Amino acid sequence: MTTETTSVHETAGTTGEPLLRVEGLVKHFPLTQGIVFKKTVGQVRAVDGVNFTLAAGETLGLVGESGCGKSTVSKLIMQLEKPTAGKVFYKGKDVTNLSGKELRRLRRNIQIIFQDPYSSLNPRMTVGDIVSEPWEIHADVVPKNQRRQRVRELLERVGLDPDFVNRYPHQFSGGQRQRIGIARALALQPEIIVCDEPVSALDVSVQAQVINLLEELKQEFGLAYIFIAHDLSVVRHISDRVAVMYLGSIVEVGTEDDIYENTAHPYTQALLSAVPVLDPVARAAKTRIMLTGDVPSPANPPSGCRFRTRCWKAQDICAVEPPELVDRGQGHPVACHFAEAVQVVGGDRHVPETTTEITPPIESREDTKKRSGS
Amino acid sequence: MTSPVLSPYEPVAGGAPLLEVDDLYVEFRTDYGIVHAVNGISYTLAAGETLAILGESGCGKSVSAQTIMGILDTPPGFVTGGEIRYKGRNLLTMPAKEQRDLRGEEISIVFQDALSSLNPVFTVGSQIGEMFRRHRGTSRKDAKKAAIELMDRVRIPSAKERVGDYPHQFSGGMRQRVMIAMAIALDPAILIADEPTTALDVTVQAQIMDLLAELQKETGMGLILITHDLGVVGEIADRVAVMYAGRIVETGATDAVFSAPAMPYTEGLMASIARVDQKGQRLNPIVGAPPDLANLPNGCPFHPRCPRATDLCRRDLPELLEVVPGRRSACHYRDEVLRDH
Repeated sequence: MTTETTSVHETAGTTGEPLLRVEGLVKHFPLTQGIVFKKTVGQVRAVDGVNFTLAAGETLGLVGESGCGKSTVSKLIMQLEKPTAGKVFYKGKDVTNLSGKELRRLRRNIQIIFQDPYSSLNPRMTVGDIVSEPWEIHADVVPKNQRRQRVRELLERVGLDPDFVNRYPHQFSGGQRQRIGIARALALQPEIIVCDEPVSALDVSVQAQVINLLEELKQEFGLAYIFIAHDLSVVRHISDRVAVMYLGSIVEVGTEDDIYENTAHPYTQALLSAVPVLDPVARAAKTRIMLTGDVPSPANPPSGCRFRTRCWKAQDICAVEPPELVDRGQGHPVACHFAEAVQVVGGDRHVPETTTEITPPIESREDTKKRSGS
Repeated sequence: MTSPVLSPYEPVAGGAPLLEVDDLYVEFRTDYGIVHAVNGISYTLAAGETLAILGESGCGKSVSAQTIMGILDTPPGFVTGGEIRYKGRNLLTMPAKEQRDLRGEEISIVFQDALSSLNPVFTVGSQIGEMFRRHRGTSRKDAKKAAIELMDRVRIPSAKERVGDYPHQFSGGMRQRVMIAMAIALDPAILIADEPTTALDVTVQAQIMDLLAELQKETGMGLILITHDLGVVGEIADRVAVMYAGRIVETGATDAVFSAPAMPYTEGLMASIARVDQKGQRLNPIVGAPPDLANLPNGCPFHPRCPRATDLCRRDLPELLEVVPGRRSACHYRDEVLRDH
């Protein structure tokens, strides 16, 4: 298993093309009268122009609050939803219009782990059947006579007793069920696993077990993860790169350091500052930004920058011109006209001096001109 | 002690705590056996204080809150021992009618899931106003006025226009504000918040936590915050009681407990969480899973998962005893654990 997957990764690496590339991804869901309370028939702009890449063996964290479109992105990658516009490239090949055999082959390489371990496992199937079910469709992966043995190996690998193979999902705890889901995702030896909030439903002590397991598996099988979560702490822990989403688009993307220590988008700053911090020292050093109001409806997003309605830096230009996701001198792409890198949470607890830098609520005119001119 | 008709803000005579939970036992009699949900917990709450009850799912933290509110499902739930004293009076032996009058008036609760706690077929205005109509006999018109005022107080924008809206027309954070408005309507002395922000996004969570802290400052109410989120506890609570398998295993001032836990379970919880302010090093989860409450292990219930467990732990149940003044831990090796930090 190991040898096969690694060799595939190497070929992907030599062509210079990332394993997965998402370009201008858009998904609008139609609003029909009578289902939603607004009388007007419109579009819910769940995902509105998302671009990112995923390299082999990399973990990309996708964070954002509920309704920002992060789960829709995962469905679009999995080809469970057809995008309204935009393309998903797997190893340089457009996969958005695949069907039949080709689509099946793609899905073998991209697997998903769901949030809710209780509803994502069929209660009438034994664990053995659940884990080996992918081989019913992809029969060539493991020959029939070796399947029982493989299931046991997989269960053992994810930390379950192989003798549990004939038990049913209800006999397991939440954390164990999530392990079953992981074993099922591994069954086809994928290259990419999309983890859609894999630990949010679990207890704190169990969360850590599953996170550690995911990290081990990544090392062992050279997996690439798209890790979708709303928990910024977990995302920081597991991700190499992080993309922050707000109302259907990515507002800031960069390495874990970029996002957590040189936070440049006001939304990311607010999001980070809202995370409760356990450590009293770090808490005292934290910049506090309180956002007012709620996320606007994706059916009727604000003009220009979508965050402007809640942003303390918003100026006239923000209502007119949607800021592009480009590097504005912070070292990583940020979709804000007034991007400015700030350390919101203490990165290294030994240097608290730098963390007290608080963003001024309103920028001077000169600053504004300088930035909009560049 | 003092009579219960006292204004809720007035400090109780002699500085006695507002609420005392004393050696409370709750069990659920199910088809599968007796589930020991709460096994002898004791705590106190003073006016103006925030006590966090921290624990993972199934540790009995919500059951203890339900018992205080008198909303425990009986059967299958039964209180089998202990007392809950509010201003010196035992809530458990109080006639149902008196208990009903206290509820909302003196002690109220905010639940986790605001959408399912609100009635979908009534407007939020009428649900908030119901508090006044039921407890104070206020007219519909005045109750509506009071509801608008309350919605303002919990910072729901354009309260006047929104008073006639239904719960589904509000966002999650706004619904939770409606719940809080109902809970504080009659100026209770104690507010129990049972996972008030678990279903909410972090930015909204921060807003709600801020609101609760402000309201507490305004009214001087005591706040019991039930949560599994260590960060939330760190930010808001004066004192914390960590629960495991139906028992309190560690209590003390929040910062003291979190800077140097004296119980391996608290230690384990802290090592398991990813920190937003720290780069990813390997997490050290607690091994195994919480015990089955219908079938608790002998000795310390945490021993099967505890790296420090010895034969003593497997045999004897450790009591919740003082480690240093103001702090208690239910661990045979409490002094050693504390010293290790």
